[in-house]
Amino acid sequence: MSKTHVSTTINGDQMEFLCEPHQTLLEVLRDELGLTGTKEGCATGDCGACSVMVDGRLVCSCLMLGVEADGVDLTTIEGIATPDGLHVIQEKYLEHAALQCGICTPGFIVATKALLDRNPNPDETTIRYWLAGNLCRCTGYDKIVRAVQDAAQTLAYEA
Amino acid sequence: MAEAVDLKAIGTRPVRPDGIDKVTGRAAFGADLNLPNMLHGKVLRSPHAHARIKSVDISRAAAAEGVMAAVSGADFPGNASDLGKNVIARDKVLYHGHAVAAVAAKTQLQAEAALELIDVEYEVLEPVMSLDQAMADGATLVNENQHTNGDTSKPASNVAATQRFERGDLEAGFAEADVIVESEHRVPMAHQGYIEPHACTATVNEDGKSTVWCCTQGHFDVRSLTAQVLGESVGNIKVIPSEIGGGFGGKTTIYLEPLAVKMSQMSGRPVKMTMSREDVFRATGPTSGTWCRAKVGAKKDGTFTAASAWLAYEAGAFPGAPIGPGCMSVLAPYEVPNLVIEGNDVLVNKPKVCAYRAPGAPQSMHAMECAIDELARKLNMDPIELRLKNAAGEGTVAPYGPRFPAIGLRECLEAAKEHPNYTAPVPEGAGRGLAVGFWFNIGMQSSAEVRIAEDGAVTVMEGSPDIGGSRASMALMAAETLGVPYERVKAHVGDTEATGFCNVTGGSRTTFATGMAVIQACEDIIAQCKQRAALTWDLDEEQVDWVDGEAVPKPGVNADVNPLSLADIARGAGRTGGPLLGRASLNAQGAGASFSCNFTDAKVDKETGKVDILSFTAVQDAGRAIHPSYVEGQMQGGAVQGIGWALNEEYIYDADGVMENAGFLDYRVPVASDMPMIDTQIIEVPNPFHPYGVRGVGETPIVAPLAAVSNAVRDQLGFRIDDLPLSPPRVLEAIDGQEGGE
Ligand code: FES
Ligand code: FES
Repeated sequence: MSKTHVSTTINGDQMEFLCEPHQTLLEVLRDELGLTGTKEGCATGDCGACSVMVDGRLVCSCLMLGVEADGVDLTTIEGIATPDGLHVIQEKYLEHAALQCGICTPGFIVATKALLDRNPNPDETTIRYWLAGNLCRCTGYDKIVRAVQDAAQTLAYEA
Repeated sequence: MAEAVDLKAIGTRPVRPDGIDKVTGRAAFGADLNLPNMLHGKVLRSPHAHARIKSVDISRAAAAEGVMAAVSGADFPGNASDLGKNVIARDKVLYHGHAVAAVAAKTQLQAEAALELIDVEYEVLEPVMSLDQAMADGATLVNENQHTNGDTSKPASNVAATQRFERGDLEAGFAEADVIVESEHRVPMAHQGYIEPHACTATVNEDGKSTVWCCTQGHFDVRSLTAQVLGESVGNIKVIPSEIGGGFGGKTTIYLEPLAVKMSQMSGRPVKMTMSREDVFRATGPTSGTWCRAKVGAKKDGTFTAASAWLAYEAGAFPGAPIGPGCMSVLAPYEVPNLVIEGNDVLVNKPKVCAYRAPGAPQSMHAMECAIDELARKLNMDPIELRLKNAAGEGTVAPYGPRFPAIGLRECLEAAKEHPNYTAPVPEGAGRGLAVGFWFNIGMQSSAEVRIAEDGAVTVMEGSPDIGGSRASMALMAAETLGVPYERVKAHVGDTEATGFCNVTGGSRTTFATGMAVIQACEDIIAQCKQRAALTWDLDEEQVDWVDGEAVPKPGVNADVNPLSLADIARGAGRTGGPLLGRASLNAQGAGASFSCNFTDAKVDKETGKVDILSFTAVQDAGRAIHPSYVEGQMQGGAVQGIGWALNEEYIYDADGVMENAGFLDYRVPVASDMPMIDTQIIEVPNPFHPYGVRGVGETPIVAPLAAVSNAVRDQLGFRIDDLPLSPPRVLEAIDGQEGGE
């Protein structure tokens, strides 16, 4: 099988890679590019552990092909913090103990970023429905929702 | 005792030591290790729920392009055990998805293609798919050599084992009762549902030594179990625990590890194996589907006179359903003068069950707590008052034998009674349900080492995989004991060669037992520091005290010296006897039982049968909350798992014994939009057997929600639906049946 050449932007960096036509974006990120922060919980679009942003839109990377990443702007969990430190969302997840095992956390943080980018002031119901595509089996969601609320408030205050 | 001291670190809520890696994507989980030259292993799984294997031929697969190793059951000498046979089938396949053979190839696609080339001949047998079928006279046998309790004088049976607790005179007890309630309930098989599928990577060196990287709740167990299946010495195997993406009991055994090690031995290359979500549902976990009868009798004033429980639990393909804990828990919260509790461990053609959070307790207590709810209604008593009337307390002899020391059941019930969510009226049109939960908690073996760097920085090294913030708890207990700030302590989970033996992270033992080892290792450090200070000051060891992280002369000792901090002593350690290294190992006794009281307001949509949880309140005794946020997190997470089980989660099988809902789309675990905030109240009745009063907290939270939700639905509808889950179809059917009957 011949590989396809893909050029894309990942977390602000111009990137090129070769990938098989059948490989999902999740597989490319994890297995070819070593970006293992994005997780696989199901590979069928049902858990959100593989959440990334594609041109600012929240996407399950297990449902997208690697070749489809050509020319897009990708953000993964590795791109949320900056050299200056953690993003407020990450800080709030830590402060609120919004993770137990942490396997769902990258997906939740990316999903939270996508939410707050488009709606800086979501109410609890909006947060719960936005995050309904991300499964967490450990926390019961309570502390996650509180972390998102607190992050939204903090970001609004800082803005 | 904890009361007496003024705690500085314990009870605070700092950021966990491993937190940053987990919010940035740096933390390495089971599937995150890739090695040079690594092969990909894949498993061929049985397409039948029950069949005899007539032959397995892996030769065509072994010769396929890219394939470097192929194995079948015959390659595993230790395979005669149930464990080995579950890892890879030998003579029979016992559930749909049972591993039959495996290959390792250079690419995933090559491995998948090679699976198609494995030739297996089966003689298909009737699958045994329910407790009724398994326990019926003349039932097809899952294992022709299985005799109940090993008694070969009786015919073979699917009932692998039974258990019985008895006290007093049951008949006389019921004869004394003014009111008796009897009920019967079925709870379906459910999966732990950890988000991280099982994964491991094994490498075997030229010297025959293997290294296994995997996600597990207990890497020392992976070492011994893998060695057992491979017929090797544990000394040949090193296991490195990755970060673990949830387990809830389901990662306390092995599935892939012996296959990966074997194929690495054969190929001389690292072999990585990961399960798909479908594999996880079909071949790992789950917990028992159950059939329980509960009966309870009371005087008019509510005093229990007798109670009985009969439990039948699906073990899956091999014996080992959690009937012991099911029987221990069912009446543990109450003083019952006359009782009989019976449990049955029953083989069926479903995956071998694995521990799931308070294994066995949610199902049996669901039955009893529903019966007690009906009893309260008949007696016209508040459900909390009825439970308070009969609550176990210090000195109560548990149905399974021991006498309870100080326990917090009463305190939980009293707190629930006063809770604003309980004193508030039930929302219009909704129902309120309440239940209590219990888990006995376990101790077991742990080791810990505490190392002090030359500037006084503290490293805690222990062997309990951190599944939900335990490194933070360890660091807090170490900081408290040593009298240093939390920030000075780093807690690590070492591999099987880096740290001393620890049993699994399970049974809610880690903060209790491994925590106790950490505390003792810190006390070892303190003893050494006192000795070093004495040496420095030319005093006797007995003349030195350790106060707030410093060695000081005891009051009344005449010495004109400045206190020596941990850092001071560490800096001069070379002159006083070498590096400071504290250690402890123990087999912890006295894990205090943890009780809870949960209540919920729920509302059934009578058009659709959907149940909405409007509010949920969990009150639980933690003994002492080391890091309260993570205690609350356990309570909330367990509550939501319990709610999911009560409302939606179940294994659904077709007539051939194939699970029809092996994915998160159809096996529906709760999502954020299904849930309200989960209100928590931590009660602290210190465990007298732990230096800071800790009780395990992880398991109890899943126990009460099943009955609490059931009782709330009962409250609203005015009639009871006995079985779970209370999924829309079942609830609608019950409503229709009720209306038809009226
Ligand atoms: S891995 Fe993509 S949604 Fe689960
Ligand atoms: S923290 Fe474990 S799945 Fe969310």
